[in-house]
Amino acid sequence: MEAEITAPVETAAVPPVGRRRRRRYSQLSRGDKITLWLMAGIPTLVHVVFVWVPAFMTISLSFTKWDGLKLGSWQLIGFRNYWAIFTVFDGKFFPALFNNVLLLVFLSLCSIVGVLFAYLLDKNIRGSAIYQSIFYMPVVLSLAIVGFIWKSVMYSPRQGLFNVVLGRTEQGNQIDWVGNAEKIFEFHIPGLDTPLGLTKNFAAILIAMAWRHIGYVMVLYLAGLKSVDPAMREAAAIDGCNEWQAFRRVIFPVMKPINVVVFVITVIEALRAFDIIFALKSPPGTKVLGVLVRDNLVGEGGGQVGLGSAYGVVLLLLCLGFIIWYLFNNYREVET
Amino acid sequence: MGCSCQRSTSHGFNIVSRRGLIIGTAAVAGAGLLAACGSDDKDSGSTTPATDAAGADTTAAAGTDTTAAPSGDAVTVGINEAAGSVAYDGAKAGLDATGVPYTGNFVDHNSFQDNITSYLQQPDDVFTWFAGYRMRFFAEKGLAGDISSVWDNLPDFTEGFKTAATGNDGKQYLVPTSYYPWAVHYRKSLFEEKGYTVPTNKDELLALAAQMQADGLVPFAYANDGKWPVQGTFDILNMRLNGYQFHVDLLAGKEDWTGDKVKAVFALWTDLLPFHQENPNGRTWQEAATALESKEAGMYYLGTFVSSNSTDQEYLDDLDFFNFPELDPAIGADALDAPIDGFMMAASPKNEDGAKAMLTAIGGLDFITAANAVNPSAVPANSKFDSSVFTPIQKKSAELVGAAKNIAQFLDRDTSPDFVSNVISDAFANFHADPSTIDSILDDIETQKSQYL
Repeated sequence: MEAEITAPVETAAVPPVGRRRRRRYSQLSRGDKITLWLMAGIPTLVHVVFVWVPAFMTISLSFTKWDGLKLGSWQLIGFRNYWAIFTVFDGKFFPALFNNVLLLVFLSLCSIVGVLFAYLLDKNIRGSAIYQSIFYMPVVLSLAIVGFIWKSVMYSPRQGLFNVVLGRTEQGNQIDWVGNAEKIFEFHIPGLDTPLGLTKNFAAILIAMAWRHIGYVMVLYLAGLKSVDPAMREAAAIDGCNEWQAFRRVIFPVMKPINVVVFVITVIEALRAFDIIFALKSPPGTKVLGVLVRDNLVGEGGGQVGLGSAYGVVLLLLCLGFIIWYLFNNYREVET
Repeated sequence: MGCSCQRSTSHGFNIVSRRGLIIGTAAVAGAGLLAACGSDDKDSGSTTPATDAAGADTTAAAGTDTTAAPSGDAVTVGINEAAGSVAYDGAKAGLDATGVPYTGNFVDHNSFQDNITSYLQQPDDVFTWFAGYRMRFFAEKGLAGDISSVWDNLPDFTEGFKTAATGNDGKQYLVPTSYYPWAVHYRKSLFEEKGYTVPTNKDELLALAAQMQADGLVPFAYANDGKWPVQGTFDILNMRLNGYQFHVDLLAGKEDWTGDKVKAVFALWTDLLPFHQENPNGRTWQEAATALESKEAGMYYLGTFVSSNSTDQEYLDDLDFFNFPELDPAIGADALDAPIDGFMMAASPKNEDGAKAMLTAIGGLDFITAANAVNPSAVPANSKFDSSVFTPIQKKSAELVGAAKNIAQFLDRDTSPDFVSNVISDAFANFHADPSTIDSILDDIETQKSQYL
């Protein structure tokens, strides 16, 4: 969640104020200064209040044992929640983490497919607008809705499209797309009881997510491609580039800002994944970190606020690592 | 979380209310979805009592009745049903009939349960809840009000209900309204047509299941979407093999999940799985109920709310149930799950006199008679209730529960709910995904148990 909010704000909070401009600050009128302060100050304040204050509260709570029922009834227990995550709940934590990793890998592949589609559609092939609409349509749906649609329309064992087409709707030979937690591949990590792997139902969910993600990336990239100066392609063609070389050496580098956006979106989608799995009631083998956070915090009986917060902090650290890397790269670019 | 929500009202799933889309099963049709998203009023209820959009009417059915509301202000009542369901209509009819002026805060079922923790920080004076560990837990945390004085004026309840309404400190915290048993449902016409008889012991049960399979039927419809339905199956196998007291001790954390007794339950369960619909994890109980209705499956072990999945009167008249047969003659078959729903009082209600008047009225006949007239799904808890208006299913339910020696609430009502939602429900789902891994699953339950109980 942090990542989701942080990324856009971060870009917005760093207005393109170069050095030259900063020196002329004194020339700004009083009104200008107030405006600047307000424009920078309000988003910062909102950001701090709604992102960092809750984040620090979460971090604090992760060191406590608290049932969430009465304020002040928490007990400090040090790192015991983290200890529990890595030992008692290792059978939940590592598969969930691995699912996030799988998601990242898979969505990256989807992004590449999306870029490919965008590139093809940019060729002004016939019916391009129709293809665009078709691929973009799922993007207007929230992932939770995507989950419902796939579960009931595509994957339902009795009346789902896949089973009907495959003729597998009879009791006894149905394919249970969303429920089957058999692993497609698995491997053991020394010191970890639970094998890690990709379950069949998680793969099914991945495909449903791809349905949406490909269209999303495609539209973003298409918008970028439209803004590439046609003269550059011509120049590349005159210089004797083939299609791949033109893309790799000319178009792709020019598209750097869009590439970064696509990359950021892909990583964020992979880390924050929650809604589709929660909407499907997290069948066995499909949990991701976001679901574990929710499981421990929300629900009846007060929950395990400390433990849920600790999961949240682990997720935050993963996001932070990525964000820091991203900012570092971006700033370095501004410097040059 | 998801668990018992769907269960606790027999009409829980007729509703699939707006909010249900987010958690529940949801019929997917584009237009329906958009409309549903637009009017998602999930949160309006939980924090602001009184003026809830979903609740719509703030009913002050004051009338001239003077037994009501000694201190003027309307009592606020939190109900875990939102407008548009039979359960809502029933609750509202009952509350109106009490004559106590009240302000209703009607919240969709799933959101009510999911937000119960924050809700209890600022609850309504009176609110719906369930008997069992779930009630005792909040009572012990000081989040529910002691209503022992109300119980002095509730002559209509049997001792069993009073016990179920009693917290660990010996005080009462709940006024029960209704209950429903879990039993093996079947279609009378199918049994007649094929010449099946109701089994009363393990051998007969296995013989019947084998016969059904030979006749091309699936003996048991089966579902576990939401991860709570199979908890009922575990409960009944456990109580039939190990007895009621073991059920209680196991869920209180006093017994070992890796012990022989639990392993015996899973061994039998594994043997019985071939008689059940395969892959239950991906199936909703409604889909399983449809298999029973369409005579694909011969039996279905579920709460009596199974009937709420259909409106076909012919089928409903044909639907019947029997008590889950004994598996061990030494243990017998006199224990079963029959969860009790009721009302509790806030720890410090704004209008305590009004709240107690309301609770007394809820324990009275007017409330349950009016509510039952609209929603006759569960069985009224009030012993003076006129049983001549019972539906056949209600009548049988009352007999079944009346004959039982021990009544359990349900797995997730008899133990810490977060232990169930974080450990048990996943463990059972994993067991159904691959029964051969049961030993390591039970080891996990035993280690993780310490974090909750």
